[in-house]
Amino acid sequence: MIKIEKRNDLSRSIYFLTPILAIFLTLIGGGIIFYILGFNPIEALKFFFITPISDLYGLSELLVKATPLCLIAIGLSFCFKSNNWNIGAEGQLIFGGIVGGGVALLFYNHDGFYILPIIILSGAIGGMLFAMIPAILKTYFNTNEILVSLMLVYVAKLLLDYLVVGPWSNPEGFNFPETRQFSESARMPILFDGLRIHAGIFITLITVFLSWLILYKTYLGFQIKVSGLSLKTAKYAGFKGKTMIIIVFMISGACAGLAGVGEITGPIGQLHRNISPDYGFTAIIVAFLGRLNPVGIIFASLIVALTYLGAETAQIFLQVPKYTGQVFQGMILFFLLGSDYLLFFKIKFLGLKKNEH
Amino acid sequence: MYKLFLRCLISVLFLLGFSLNVNAEFKVGFVYVGPTGDHGWTYQHHEGRNAVEALGIKTTYVESVPEGADAERVIRQLAQSGHDLIFTTSFGYMDPTNKVAKDFPNVKFEHATGYKREHSNVSTYSARFYEGRTLLGHMAGKMTKTNTIGYIASFPIPEVIRGINAMTLAAQKVNPDIKTKIVWVFTWYDPGKESEAAQALIDQGADIIMQHTDSTAPVQVAEKAGVWSFGQASDMQRFAPKSILTSIIDDWAPYYVERSIAARDGTWKQQDTWHGLKEGMVAMAPYNSAMGSDLVKEVEQLQKDLASGKSHSFTGPIYDQKGNILVAEGSVADDGMLAGMNVYVKGVEGDIPQ
Repeated sequence: MIKIEKRNDLSRSIYFLTPILAIFLTLIGGGIIFYILGFNPIEALKFFFITPISDLYGLSELLVKATPLCLIAIGLSFCFKSNNWNIGAEGQLIFGGIVGGGVALLFYNHDGFYILPIIILSGAIGGMLFAMIPAILKTYFNTNEILVSLMLVYVAKLLLDYLVVGPWSNPEGFNFPETRQFSESARMPILFDGLRIHAGIFITLITVFLSWLILYKTYLGFQIKVSGLSLKTAKYAGFKGKTMIIIVFMISGACAGLAGVGEITGPIGQLHRNISPDYGFTAIIVAFLGRLNPVGIIFASLIVALTYLGAETAQIFLQVPKYTGQVFQGMILFFLLGSDYLLFFKIKFLGLKKNEH
Repeated sequence: MYKLFLRCLISVLFLLGFSLNVNAEFKVGFVYVGPTGDHGWTYQHHEGRNAVEALGIKTTYVESVPEGADAERVIRQLAQSGHDLIFTTSFGYMDPTNKVAKDFPNVKFEHATGYKREHSNVSTYSARFYEGRTLLGHMAGKMTKTNTIGYIASFPIPEVIRGINAMTLAAQKVNPDIKTKIVWVFTWYDPGKESEAAQALIDQGADIIMQHTDSTAPVQVAEKAGVWSFGQASDMQRFAPKSILTSIIDDWAPYYVERSIAARDGTWKQQDTWHGLKEGMVAMAPYNSAMGSDLVKEVEQLQKDLASGKSHSFTGPIYDQKGNILVAEGSVADDGMLAGMNVYVKGVEGDIPQ
């Protein structure tokens, strides 16, 4: 007989250490996979996790990749902490990109320090408004926010397709599905010559700080936490559930919108059909890997970003398929969920003949 | 504690920086937009790479690289890790390729299907796929019973419009009554969307299915529905053995071999290449004997004439949908007009999405 029991003596430090354990197990699992594929596991892991960040350019790329992931995951943590399942960050990112990109095109060939802030702000507002759709439908019409937010991703994608193929396409671009390159004044300032790391990282850091402030130092943060732990308690305490749901979706959407606008004004510099390689979905992994904690999410976004870069270098140096990166992301999540289970539940091995009931 | 950690990190990175050995061996890199197993566009580029590898030249490829912010990093990494020649095989890599080329003047770059050559180390290349479309049009015009040709189109860019027009003109020549129906799917590769489009066209009476997308889904739908089809980019015969009349094959191998050798021997020069049936960059898969030996002979002759220059896909008189003359009688469209083509010829139904 095996019996599974809930643990009551959960220690806080172990709760935050399990992600590290999960990463460690992923390294071992990854090493085994590389060994089976016929590579020296240590060498292969070095190519995967160390080579990509062994120079300044690599480190800058890591931050470029982690910036949107971190931003979106921070936003998602507000939703997830309060038991609101916003799966559509990808759509909110794209919609924020559309609104921000539209403003950037409006200011095409204009100069002025005020242009970039307007673009960034409009991107955030775009993402926010787009996230309010599932929130309002959930609070007033009792729809399922998972489905609505997910389906809206495709709406945003198709809208972007329409715009870059049709009305917003570059008049000198032979009908190729992309807009003009934005003017210099609509681009994120580059921090170091020759690297791609841009001012968007400051937006991310400020957002992380603000979200920590909101989550741990305000009444709203307290409401969010309580609703996440028990909806009934929250109701009993008299919290206005509907307002809170809409607010967490707005925060989450604004963060995703910022990520979108950061991508198009940062490394991409225009709108086209592929402004995000599914950052909005990957950020879900990041949010959970970071324990929905602002600081945890910073580290998680760096690690997940590294799996992307690693998949590229491993392809170049070892010629393993691109999908190894996804295997690593999958393994991290698998080991995290697995160790979580063991963290929250005890497995008791009882004697075969003993029967307690 | 924090400082110690930082110091350790820096020294580890420092050591690794030295241990990365940059060797002088000549290497060629490839960046693919899809998986090597797509049996279409990327598959054929990969075949080209295999041909380079067969010469004993070391090659590297990176597959499924999104055309967004990631492309620049991948191209730069290839340049940084000692690759001397880099082929970037999708339109969306145009700006990243030029950006990286600026920082690596000693590395040669070859960008497929683009038009920007901002630095002297960037070449562009593409194929005259429209010549193949002319052959398909001839066969389609002869084989159709419903006089309706279904065309699955990807994006309204000149390359795709050119193909639609070339096909329609050739079909009209042998069958003045034909109509070309088009479904735009706005993707290069999406088996689901492509098969829906194929089914919709068949439901509208098309008994010939043609595609300017890369998956094998349309030919499979055509096979099931019992209508004729044509493969795209690679020989798709084994996915629809009965229904495929032929496939247009993109054969990049000779070009990749030639350019790799040139780069290795130091004779590489910037150029803009647009090769067709003549040079073999566009090739035709074996013709299906189901269309009858007379038709096969006709098409083979037309293929020879297109290759030798005796025939041209766009020979006047050519009219647009409204009846305005595009190319006068007795002359042929020049490359400039072909490169920027953005109107349908008479006989194509519908409007170009704008």
